[in-house]
Amino acid sequence: MDNLLSIVTFIPTFAAAILAVFLRGEDAAAQRNAKWVALIATSVTFLVSLFILFDFDPQNTGFQFVEEHEWLLGLKYKMGVDGISILFVMLTTFMMPITIAASWNVTVRVKEYMIAFLILETLMLGVFMALDLVLFYLFFEAGLIPMFLIIGIWGGKERIYASFKFFLYTFLGSVLMLVAMVAMFTDAGTTDIPTLMRHQFGSEDFSVLGIHVVGGMQTLMFLAFFASFAVKMPMWPVHTWLPDAHVQAPTAGSVVLAAILLKMGGYGFLRFSLPMFPVGAEVLTPLVLWMSAIAIVYTSLVALAQEDMKKLIAYSSVAHMGYVTMGIFAANQQGIDGAIFQMLSHGFISGALFLCVGVIYDRMHTREIDAYGGLVNRMPAYALIFMLFTMANVGLPGTSGFIGEFLTLIGVFQVNTWVALVATTGVILSAAYALWLYRRVVLGDLIKESLKSISDMTTRERAIFAPLVVMTLLLGVYPSLVTDITGPAVEALISNYDTALAEANTATQVADATQ
Amino acid sequence: MQADLNVILPEILISVYSLAALLLVAYTGKDRMAGVLVWLTAALLTAMALWIGATGQGTRTAFGGMFNDDGFARFAKVTILLSASAVLVLGQEYMARRKILRFEYPLLISLSAVGMMVMVSAGDLMALYMGLELQSLALYVVASLRRDSAKSTEAGLKYFVLGALSSGLLLYGASLTYGYAGTTLFSGIIEAAEGQAPVGLLLGLVFVLAGLAFKVSAVPFHMWTPDVYEGAPTPITAFFATAPKVAAMGLFARVVHDAFGGVVGDWQQVLAVLSLLSMFLGAVAAIGQTDIKRLMAYSSIAHMGYALMGLAAGTALGVEAMLVYMAIYVTMNVGTFAFILSMERDGKPVTDIASLNMYSRAHPGRALAMLLLLFSLAGVPPLLGFFGKLYVLRAAYEGGLAWLAVAGVVASVIGAFYYLRIVYYMYFGEEREPLETGKSPVQWGFLMASAALMLLGIINMFGVDSVAQAAAATLVN
Repeated sequence: MDNLLSIVTFIPTFAAAILAVFLRGEDAAAQRNAKWVALIATSVTFLVSLFILFDFDPQNTGFQFVEEHEWLLGLKYKMGVDGISILFVMLTTFMMPITIAASWNVTVRVKEYMIAFLILETLMLGVFMALDLVLFYLFFEAGLIPMFLIIGIWGGKERIYASFKFFLYTFLGSVLMLVAMVAMFTDAGTTDIPTLMRHQFGSEDFSVLGIHVVGGMQTLMFLAFFASFAVKMPMWPVHTWLPDAHVQAPTAGSVVLAAILLKMGGYGFLRFSLPMFPVGAEVLTPLVLWMSAIAIVYTSLVALAQEDMKKLIAYSSVAHMGYVTMGIFAANQQGIDGAIFQMLSHGFISGALFLCVGVIYDRMHTREIDAYGGLVNRMPAYALIFMLFTMANVGLPGTSGFIGEFLTLIGVFQVNTWVALVATTGVILSAAYALWLYRRVVLGDLIKESLKSISDMTTRERAIFAPLVVMTLLLGVYPSLVTDITGPAVEALISNYDTALAEANTATQVADATQ
Repeated sequence: MQADLNVILPEILISVYSLAALLLVAYTGKDRMAGVLVWLTAALLTAMALWIGATGQGTRTAFGGMFNDDGFARFAKVTILLSASAVLVLGQEYMARRKILRFEYPLLISLSAVGMMVMVSAGDLMALYMGLELQSLALYVVASLRRDSAKSTEAGLKYFVLGALSSGLLLYGASLTYGYAGTTLFSGIIEAAEGQAPVGLLLGLVFVLAGLAFKVSAVPFHMWTPDVYEGAPTPITAFFATAPKVAAMGLFARVVHDAFGGVVGDWQQVLAVLSLLSMFLGAVAAIGQTDIKRLMAYSSIAHMGYALMGLAAGTALGVEAMLVYMAIYVTMNVGTFAFILSMERDGKPVTDIASLNMYSRAHPGRALAMLLLLFSLAGVPPLLGFFGKLYVLRAAYEGGLAWLAVAGVVASVIGAFYYLRIVYYMYFGEEREPLETGKSPVQWGFLMASAALMLLGIINMFGVDSVAQAAAATLVN
């Protein structure tokens, strides 16, 4: 199978095309068919993607399953995975059937809904597999279109504002990256990502408009990419689109957003920022670390004050992404391993938390925390599952949340103790807001009249949560499942990063000496 | 002489056809023949496009260098002729139903096409001016084709007065250039404009550029565009937005490279500023528009800004980028205007954006096609419009205009807002009485074909990029 990656990527598109062309009508039968086609397509994608995982050789730190075809403008259609990207691919294919199954209650324009999600899956997979700069950008940006429609058509009351904000915010971040990509293309003469990783971009200081730029081109390119990935992550202070988008998006949209789309930012840092602009990254590392620490503390505090469950979880996502950026820019084995781990684990946990909100939202049609209380009396199974994921969100040992946070904290401690100190307070704050949320929604007496007849989770809902529960606990007790795969690739990444930095430093010293 | 006439055979054929048809129809059927004439003219223009595209090779000049037939001219001519014939066919049903399909219409379009062909082939200031005026005069008349409508006549009059002003500027520039270069031939001017060119020559250059900027509706010479777009009947607006823009951009490229190729630094800054202003004004001013035709006017201003960005690079890659951008732009606009032409309620054309409320409910297929076109216009990947932007950005960056590239992408984000607003009306709006779509299968076909091209073009651009590369190489050497 030479083109396994393309097959995995385009199965969902193929299914979407089938839906678009052959499915007619809006009646119940047509809706059911649309749901089944989407569920089967995403499940098949997951099953086929397992072949990638089984045939993957973690010891090989290069790209595997590489496909390459000529494309226009001297660009290439080139796909491949390595130890860093493969687990994101798996995360995507794993989460999508769950997302579709969680959308079983959608009744408005079901066909379009399913098509949007299927196209979105293709684009997300493409992001993690693309080995050509422009191809990456194409998938990265194109994902905005289905997400814009998902929020705008199937979203809540303020959906229009949220969808525009989502689109324009992320678009503005990305176009600067596009200019940087053009600059890289010009400088290196290629858009091939593996080649660019070995290319040394200029790092001599220069001045732009009277501002002295340390690290030269690399710093500017780093900043351009940073603008895009920081918005996507999202990092404080450019995170404000996320709570709006999350609150207004339908449940499945929130799940995809939190579980997969946010990870594109972290993946981008690992794929582009660190290996391609090591000097720029080093120059700006303190800034990024402090931004992450502020994000963790600040958004945790903001989460404490939220009235809306989805908004609370959205802010908690921003805080958890703070650990990721912190780990990545610690630039050591623990930090980066932890960051990848944290992203995967956050994918499962935040996805599950949004599904938990979805479960009660489907019944009561409100996300106000005040509207709930004492759910444990009527929904014991729900209370149990919600508790598990609340604990995982807090980072309780035994759940996957703990490993990621702990590893990133160890990583950053070696680099900057103060940042680690500030960030660790986030662990306590996350316990505060998550447990308080749980207390207000689930525990206590059931006194609200409207809740008296609420029913517990159906079999379908339990089935949706089952895989997430398994993954959260499994990774919590056996983290080497992840680190065995990512370890060698991360090690190679770090050694390349250090070598590149050392080379650049000698070059500057030589330049200084000759002057 | 014989050889010279051979070179301009396509132009002669179209002119002879137009004049003969004019005579014939004036003595016989008048407007009853108009429908047939539209199809006949479109067929002729398409045939000429195919002929020029398929048979032309190498570089030939005629009339002592006043007229060039090279790869660049052929690329532009094929684009012009194909888009002109597409727009003719597109608007036929619309105009016939509203009883404004006059027999002059197709003939004026074909005459203006001849003017455009002369423009992109011009090798001399006189040829340039003749082509430009032939084109413009025909356009002034068609703008006010709807004689009994105040808006349409106003559009024609405005266009004429401002167009005359710009022609005046251009002539003034041409005379200065002639005065300092001693010749009107581009090949002579380029020898005079080398290194440190005399101030008078540069002044001439600036005036010529101002005149041309008016034709491409670049800011600050754009004032006529929204009014003329809004006032003219929609098929005519569609025409304004396509072929004449290609011709004017082609002429722009000709003048700056063939006549002033030695003083790239001098015109580069002018073009860069024109481009910057057009991109931003086009993006910002369109936000408040409620009429889709006015919106498309600002959209075309912004797009001309991007095309000028490619040209401002001053390199072969820049010209290539401009040509590719224009080809994509024209394709998108034909599709978009096919959609606008189909917007109607109770048989009356509607151009209010808000009337598109929940259009996607009533007409999912058309809405999807329009969605693709709008995202393509906004330059969002994976659609072809994105590759047009990528081309010009790359050209600008390599031409040393990194700041312009950054400004361009920022403007494109602002511009994305108003395209999204149309998507918003079509998909997220409130339920209202749905819009009708007209009954023309031709419009449906063009809309769908154009949307499909935007999507499928990303595979290999149908080879347009390599043709454009060859074309650009003949102009810049």
